[in-house]
Amino acid sequence: MSIITFTLNGSQVSVDAPPMTRLLDLLREHLHLTGTKEGCGEGECGSCSVLVDGELVNSCLVPSLQIQGATVTTIEGLGEQTHLHPIQQCFLEKGGAQCGICTPGMILATHHLLEKHPAPTLDEIREGLSGNLCRCTGYMRIFEAVQQTAKLAEAGK
Amino acid sequence: MRSDVRDYTLTAPGSLNAVLSALAANPRLTPVAGGTELMVALGVGRLGPHELISLHRLKELRFIEEHSGILTLGAGTTFTDIRRNATIAREFPLLVQTAAWTGSIANQNRGTLGGNIANASPAADSPPALLVYDATIELVSANGRRTLPYGEFHLGYKKTVLLPGELIYAVRLPCRFAKHRQYVRKVGTRNAQAISKIALAATALMDGATVREIRLAGASLVDRPARLHATEAVVLGKAITPELRTLAAAALASEIKPIDDIRSTAKYRMAVACNLLDEFLLSL
Repeated sequence: MSIITFTLNGSQVSVDAPPMTRLLDLLREHLHLTGTKEGCGEGECGSCSVLVDGELVNSCLVPSLQIQGATVTTIEGLGEQTHLHPIQQCFLEKGGAQCGICTPGMILATHHLLEKHPAPTLDEIREGLSGNLCRCTGYMRIFEAVQQTAKLAEAGK
Repeated sequence: MRSDVRDYTLTAPGSLNAVLSALAANPRLTPVAGGTELMVALGVGRLGPHELISLHRLKELRFIEEHSGILTLGAGTTFTDIRRNATIAREFPLLVQTAAWTGSIANQNRGTLGGNIANASPAADSPPALLVYDATIELVSANGRRTLPYGEFHLGYKKTVLLPGELIYAVRLPCRFAKHRQYVRKVGTRNAQAISKIALAATALMDGATVREIRLAGASLVDRPARLHATEAVVLGKAITPELRTLAAAALASEIKPIDDIRSTAKYRMAVACNLLDEFLLSL
């Protein structure tokens, strides 16, 4: 077992867990943050996406010991039910979510994309979200939600 | 079935020297960097090694620097690092392209060049680019360092020259390909993220109509990342004519040994490899 100490959604946490525990399981089973979803478990689908030190990663492929001292942001750290993040609000308004399994990962991938490309082209959106699979929406409404978020951010400047 | 993580150990000594000492003391230790390969095996209950040592965030391995016309990439360089580097974009565009093909952005943020090389998959995206840029590779262990041409690193299917306790330290690329014609094409199931059915990378220096230098390497054409020396020899010093293209295709067909697997068939790979070679030769 290892004591793993890191910053999770703005607060410092310490967890005693086997060092090879997948970050996904550390979040869901040890810390009871079930917003991060498991899809394929092999880094193909992006459902388990979280941000580690601002970089998008698949939490199913991260051994927990490697987040010692890091800053982790999950969907729970982005917005709250009573105060949605603008990305979440745009996904809601544009119908960018149906069954919801891919949605937390999609939203974190969008966050990562907009940090790098505040006004992304459609190609940049497609590439930025290409590691996140959605079997419901057909993607167009998701792309519209991303464009709407970028537009709102630009108008809000 | 998923592995029980309690059966596995992982340590993170925090410096390259400490990692090398630990590897020297315990040859059973398996290095893990970004985890994009080994953690997949863990997830499906197929991770054989049970004692692991982390290379993640070792500063000594994560660097990109240029000195006297040689670009050196530390083994811990991520594919995202490669895509963000201006020198690589200018001198080695094929490496940037293949980095962009290596998994999704989340995987590129974690996966490392050294890990991709050490994993030694014949389907890997970046090795063909390194081969056609004449890369050398530097290895390090508690006993010292050694450097060899990258073309000599892979010995067979998933077999490399790495000795127990030895790590990849860096890859070096000579900055002398700016005037070469450069080509890479991957054929896979979808553009993003799919592992290639086959890929071909090539560089050639032309002297008028004559091919003065040529380097070819592919993915999933033989059992390891490898140059296609026999095909290169047919083209070297010649002008591209219809007869030469036929000879080159014949050389390629006898040199490569594609296989049937879940991603494609030997027959398809053979046909497409010849088409890609022809596409490159016609562009010269």
